[in-house]
Amino acid sequence: MSVPILDVIDLHAAYGRIEVLRGVDLAVPRGAVMALLGPNGAGKSTLVKVISGQKEATSGDIHLAGVHVRGARSDDLARVGLCTIPEGRSVFPNLTVEENLVLMSYAGVPAPAILDTAYAYFPRLHERRHQLAGTMSGGEQQMLAMSRALASDPALLLLDELSMGLAPLIVDELYETVARIAESGVSILCIEQFARTALRVADYAAVMSGGRIVATGEPGEILETMADVILGGAA
Amino acid sequence: MGSLFAYVLLGLFTGAAYAIMASGLVLTYTTTRVFNIAHGAFGMFLSFVFWDFTQRQGIPTVLSLILVLGVVAPAIGWFIQRFVTRGLGEGPVSVALVVTVGLLVGLIGLAQYLWPPEPRALLPFWPDTSWNIGGTYVTAHQLVTLICAVAVAFGLYLLLGRTRIGTAMRASVDNPELLKLFGGKPDRVAALSWAIGMSLAALGGILLAPVVLLDYYGLTLLVINAYAAAMIGRLKSLPMTFAGAMVLGILESLAVAYLPKDGFLNSFRAVIPALFLFAIVVLMPQAQLRIGQVKGIVTAPVPTMRSSIGAGAGLLLVALLLVNVVAPNQVLLIGVAATYAMVMLSLVLLTGYGGHVSLAQFTFAGVGALAYAKLDEPNLLGLLVSALIAAAVGALVALPVLRLTGLYLALSTMAFAVLMDKVIFNADFAFKFNGTLAAERLSILGLRIGSDTSYVWFMVLAFVLLSLGLLVLRRGALGRLLIAMRDSPSACGTLGLDMRWFRVGLFALSAGIAGLAGGLFAGLRGTVGAADFLYFQSLLVLLLAVVFGATSVTGALLGGVALMLLPEFQAASPSMAGLLFAVIGFGAVLLGRDPNGIANHLFRVGRWLRERIAPGLGDRLGERLQGLLPRGGTAADGSVDVPLVDVPGSPARPEHGASDTIVIEKVR
Amino acid sequence: MSMALLEVDDVVVRFGGVTAVNRASFTADRGVITGLIGPNGAGKTTCFNVITGLQKPTKGRVRYRDRDVTSWPVHRRARHGVGRTFQRLEAFGSLSVRDNVRVAHEIHGGPLTWLGGRRGVLGVDVLLDRVGIAEYADERADSIPTGTARLLELARCLASDPQLLLLDEPSSGLDETETGAFGALLVDLAAEGCSILMVEHDMDLVMSVCHDIHVLDFGEIIASGAPADIRTDAGVQRAYLGYAEGDGDTTTMQAVAEEVSPA
Repeated sequence: MSVPILDVIDLHAAYGRIEVLRGVDLAVPRGAVMALLGPNGAGKSTLVKVISGQKEATSGDIHLAGVHVRGARSDDLARVGLCTIPEGRSVFPNLTVEENLVLMSYAGVPAPAILDTAYAYFPRLHERRHQLAGTMSGGEQQMLAMSRALASDPALLLLDELSMGLAPLIVDELYETVARIAESGVSILCIEQFARTALRVADYAAVMSGGRIVATGEPGEILETMADVILGGAA
Repeated sequence: MGSLFAYVLLGLFTGAAYAIMASGLVLTYTTTRVFNIAHGAFGMFLSFVFWDFTQRQGIPTVLSLILVLGVVAPAIGWFIQRFVTRGLGEGPVSVALVVTVGLLVGLIGLAQYLWPPEPRALLPFWPDTSWNIGGTYVTAHQLVTLICAVAVAFGLYLLLGRTRIGTAMRASVDNPELLKLFGGKPDRVAALSWAIGMSLAALGGILLAPVVLLDYYGLTLLVINAYAAAMIGRLKSLPMTFAGAMVLGILESLAVAYLPKDGFLNSFRAVIPALFLFAIVVLMPQAQLRIGQVKGIVTAPVPTMRSSIGAGAGLLLVALLLVNVVAPNQVLLIGVAATYAMVMLSLVLLTGYGGHVSLAQFTFAGVGALAYAKLDEPNLLGLLVSALIAAAVGALVALPVLRLTGLYLALSTMAFAVLMDKVIFNADFAFKFNGTLAAERLSILGLRIGSDTSYVWFMVLAFVLLSLGLLVLRRGALGRLLIAMRDSPSACGTLGLDMRWFRVGLFALSAGIAGLAGGLFAGLRGTVGAADFLYFQSLLVLLLAVVFGATSVTGALLGGVALMLLPEFQAASPSMAGLLFAVIGFGAVLLGRDPNGIANHLFRVGRWLRERIAPGLGDRLGERLQGLLPRGGTAADGSVDVPLVDVPGSPARPEHGASDTIVIEKVR
Repeated sequence: MSMALLEVDDVVVRFGGVTAVNRASFTADRGVITGLIGPNGAGKTTCFNVITGLQKPTKGRVRYRDRDVTSWPVHRRARHGVGRTFQRLEAFGSLSVRDNVRVAHEIHGGPLTWLGGRRGVLGVDVLLDRVGIAEYADERADSIPTGTARLLELARCLASDPQLLLLDEPSSGLDETETGAFGALLVDLAAEGCSILMVEHDMDLVMSVCHDIHVLDFGEIIASGAPADIRTDAGVQRAYLGYAEGDGDTTTMQAVAEEVSPA
């Protein structure tokens, strides 16, 4: 097996004195989609923050395509092909759709190419290109956010709670996009509250709890472990 | 009709220059969330650089202009963003304010050092060319100003609307973290906006210098004009800022035209921007309570009552000794130090405990002094009434801005200080222009404290009593409330506290303390005038209070002594006068991030001594120090300040000082 | 007098173009625990902000004790008994845990209690003991674990003797035993007459203590009812889990869900 696109080894991170990541080990194979599941407070978002360079780790290592990147800055990581779509609305609300797309060219792909890809894939964005991003619906904003992943051809895509606050129908639509990006050979680490949605597109899954990865495997195998950890007595 | 047109036209030209300056202020504020009070000071400094290039070095005007606007100003802007203001935008507003006030004072000092006071003139561009338009003469300089303003407006429009870096500037206003994930560099964006902001400050300064004159203070105060203009656009909208600048320019011009040429109203001409600013601030809608608090504030320890009384008694003893051994003129200096220390105590309350910044604290002392002199009741009652009057004025200042916080409140106090300095104190009912008022020394129960030594000692006593009062307050319910309000206003609100009135009360109390100091100061001097209470003095008081520690009584004492010594040093070596301002200003820039100041480091040394050396020895050393130190054993105060009741945690882990800045985010 | 202590009526909140709360209407009854649940970002905290006055609604009214309080400022609502805790903690970080609660007591009691001295402290310590954080009393509030800080916010809120208690994700950061004790405490409080409206992700806790539950999704109330009804509501399952029974291809999940759900 070739070098994994992302290799996280014994990663620790803390907010002040409160340790949130307590030795995370995780490998995402090249070209694979991995779903990272787990209850609130498990440390999933913190893990994304540390991998993407937004937060410093206290110890441990992160390799991106075999290169040691722990401590690299988030803007530098973005320029070498790590595309992070953080939770919440990851667009600039007071810029127009087109301006948002133009800014995506910082990751290396020229602006005209980004506009072409985005508008071809989401014609709705073309209709609204002069509208302020913040005035669009949540689903449309996520389309805009996903355009960055579509257009910039990243080495690794980090998706944090794509479905947050969105209606299930729109979530399905977004995950079709994720599947399509995956088909083009992009490796994806995707964090999701809705286990089933994420598992549909995933090749592998990992479950996180209490700041550690407690299980990894194929989506089918992971379901049972996960149900205990995630659902509790939810339904 | 003709003259009205003429004045409006004139106003437009001034307004154009204000617009240039204000747009720079807005650009830096929106992209980095740091309000640069020193914006005008940078304009002043760069105008002097321009003067130096053209007049002293003899570089051709156009080349000088290119050098200043294209090289010097951007380089300074980049430097300031990179090394001074980076990261300030996310911190408490008070820190950013103190740092930029430090820059302001430092720049004035540096300018005075580099270009010592002497008559200088920056000539208008093409001074001999003008045209007659509709019966009004328009000079070439005015036309250049207008063209520059239009060019700046158009240039900013293109930059922000049509370029990627400009788009990134607007994006970083919303969410700099996300911009990084896009691969953009918010720091580079911020540096660019500071570079452009500096160039605009320089251009505004150079264009206005022939009108305002090449003066350290006049150009520096232009920040109030720029701020007033920018407030119309809520510090956000550039088009509204331009409109505001034009309105302000026209208002000023009309004031020149139609206000009476002499008398009280005439003096209002100079403060039109400040009044304009007040009007806008009063009309601003209520700010909503923000959720999300500033975390990790480490406060200086509060000493036990016993140790504070002990330290106070020690200070009184030392003061008694000092006033009897030093030369007579130095006795008065000790009184001056006590005055400053008391004014700084008022800042300990307002800024150190309450988290609000006032740029008018010495003006409140002026109000107290004025009231004391005018009342002509040199007894405790008169002094108390003077303090109450100052408190009432403080409440009046806080009232219109009741609904605002942080930045707006602080800037309003600066406008107030300028207003008092330029108009009220000089009015006939006050000190009169260039005039002074006589003030008697205090009598207590019919006993007049006549001699210098006893009066000064009485002032030190007043300082000690005020300090003890403040510490009692800090340890009681009010102190807890103050800290709670500073830590989380929204939690206080949801617990049922109406913070608006509380804030007014806090302002009033703090102004009252400053007023008391002012009254005592008037008695000390015998004669007081407007020149004793310049607005600039308030800035120095704030800076030294923060440098020496705005969270502790010891800091106020040290700061007071330092501020008293400052003019003495300056008088001793006049060539160094400006440099001292520069040292203080830039020192505040370095230390402004830690409001606990030097005093807190002394506390740490004291604690270290007690921990390392046997306790008994430590005590003896403390006593020894108390006796040895010339000014009341201040360092020893620190070392006895160790036992703590009210802030558990902080004394036990002093080493966490910096690392305590924990931001606990939502962990999921 | 209606049964409902709090009525949120057709409230809309828009930030720019984003609709955070869309025509939400729900009530909280006297003396019971009401749950407000929904996926992340559904607008629950925004609802709390509207109820406490920290956020002005774009449209709609809030009625509390049969009075329209929509235009009341934050502190006035608090004085009339609306208390809350925060999801993103708002403890007074530089005060001790004890002083956090003491401040609340003093704000609530007014200037007369400011001179109370030791007696005030006694009541405070009782409260700390009641929520189970007495051992932290002398710690600085910004140095305690998240779960403890949430309990501190609860104690602080109780010090102002609220009639309506709004709890925003109170159990996150607590372990299982602590959550159990916490649930018992909530039931006690409700029995003493304190009405509680709670945003919570721990479904076990919600299902076991709540009398009524409102489900918020995408800013809209999609279901209201008793826990038993909510558990079987297809719309809720879809919103919350991304699937519902009968959606097909859910056999595995269904089995899992049935296995772990309390009968």
